[in-house]
Amino acid sequence: MTGCVDIINTLAPCLVRAGWNADLANLLSLLLGVVIVATVPLLTVILLIWIERKFAARIQDRIGPNRVGPYGLLQSLADALKMLTKEDITPSGADRLLFNLAPIITFATVVLIWAIIPFTPLHIGADLSIGILYFVAVGSIGAVKVMVGGWSSNNKYALLGAFRTIALIVSYEVPMILALLVPVLMAGSMGMQDITRAQGGMWFIVVSPLAAIIFFVANLAETGRSPFDLLEAESELIAGYNIEYSGFKFGMFMAGEFMHVFTVAVLTAVLFLGGWWGPFVDQFPALGFIWLGLKTAVVYLFMLLIRNTVPRFRIDQVMNINWKFMVPLSILLILLQSFLLRLIGELGLRPAPEQANDLLANIPQTVVLLAGNLVLGAIIMHLLQRHGRTLREADEALAAVQGAGPGGLAEA
Amino acid sequence: MIELNAQTIAFAILSALILGGALGVVTTRNLVHGALWLILSLLGVAGYFVLLSAPFLAAVQVLVYIGAIAILFVFAVMLTRSMTSLGEVRNRQWWLSAITVVLLFLLLAAGIIFPVWGRGAPGEVTTLSATVGGAAELGAALVAGDGFVLPFEVASILLTAAMIGAIVVARDDEEEAA
Repeated sequence: MTGCVDIINTLAPCLVRAGWNADLANLLSLLLGVVIVATVPLLTVILLIWIERKFAARIQDRIGPNRVGPYGLLQSLADALKMLTKEDITPSGADRLLFNLAPIITFATVVLIWAIIPFTPLHIGADLSIGILYFVAVGSIGAVKVMVGGWSSNNKYALLGAFRTIALIVSYEVPMILALLVPVLMAGSMGMQDITRAQGGMWFIVVSPLAAIIFFVANLAETGRSPFDLLEAESELIAGYNIEYSGFKFGMFMAGEFMHVFTVAVLTAVLFLGGWWGPFVDQFPALGFIWLGLKTAVVYLFMLLIRNTVPRFRIDQVMNINWKFMVPLSILLILLQSFLLRLIGELGLRPAPEQANDLLANIPQTVVLLAGNLVLGAIIMHLLQRHGRTLREADEALAAVQGAGPGGLAEA
Repeated sequence: MIELNAQTIAFAILSALILGGALGVVTTRNLVHGALWLILSLLGVAGYFVLLSAPFLAAVQVLVYIGAIAILFVFAVMLTRSMTSLGEVRNRQWWLSAITVVLLFLLLAAGIIFPVWGRGAPGEVTTLSATVGGAAELGAALVAGDGFVLPFEVASILLTAAMIGAIVVARDDEEEAA
């Protein structure tokens, strides 16, 4: 097992043994690791676009792409070729350098996240000790690309679209980061491998379903997909910040969006669904890749289901959900979770380190935390229900007064 | 004296990024370009932190300075569309700022070259710290009684005050009256 710590370190020792220069071997294996980690999501996206279109078609009672290749599997390739051959228009008065830079930043920010995804117990691009913070930092660069793309197009609609997008991204970053604190609290580390390993006994979605939901919804908003697609809202507005883009540059924005959705699915699987944990991972670490893929697929299909079935929110609803619901809830959740964790430690319910991966040993701790989550969720749902009822009654009262108004006049 | 290894090369590239970005900030007439040059420069500083084995600070640098502050700059600049491209110099204070900058540079350079402040005799190589500080050590130091708990709390009060101030400023007076 010497040297087989991650993708990067597997190749170099073998090359050195074969008589290579150590520096050269290291550089080569590093480059190879980077290429693999960056290419996996890129290639997967081509398939995912097909899956997404088929899925949407079935929901809408259509067949979907079925002409190019068996079951239309090669449709995305044909579309990519079409994009390449289209005319590449740069609007007059556009800032040429920045205009060309925005699609590249879009792609780079999504691919960069893949560096910290633990594929198996042994394979990860870079196991940073600050994994989660790295993800948040890279994600925050995403706002730059929107600004650059929207402004450099020299189109006021693109600029307005950029403002819409930034307002949404910046708002939903707050509950997302707060929800990310829960896995960090549980694992006692910000490293992605540590967080995955800490889920050996129990997945974090069971321990803290509220955090998983907040993280998932906030990320759904970050991707700008339905029900948060009021940024592009094809039927009401012209598209968002990327309206002036055409040809392959538009294709890069589109593929970037698909990849972002896929990345969110992987991250949810890693942070809350146990990542590579699954049967027989201890004996065959490479199996972790398959378990992670299965979990990611479940999350991804769930996202597609939401995208195709939930109607769009209005802008005031989007902001209200975030600032009046998700942010306070996530702050409460953090307070509750850290208090309960402390309590568990004091009561001695925490599983011993050697039993950390034992399901039974994890049950007491999980029950306490889960109960805390459920109680908080029940209280919040009750408050929301009451608030909704008050609003509805006020509306009905207003309608009654307005309805009675003209009628009363007619009687008089 | 200077060894040519990966670290030195990275240092040179990052320094070029920082200095080039900073030069871009002060020379460009276009405020949006200026803000983007600033982002480039700040990214270089994040790279410095990585070289200094402080990944936590590097990530925070990107998150806070690029993800929040620079975005705010760009946002504000874009909202004031007439400001995106300034044709002429509006005031005559450039020599004042030039003097300030030169003095500050001399001060910093003197502080680095001559060990006036802090320990270390000339020629003596001092390691900054024996241990590589992780996020956990930093977090513990921020809340430890003999650590930095006071500056930490003072900074948080300042930030809270700033947030309350922003809410008060942004608040609609008519809404309050209604």
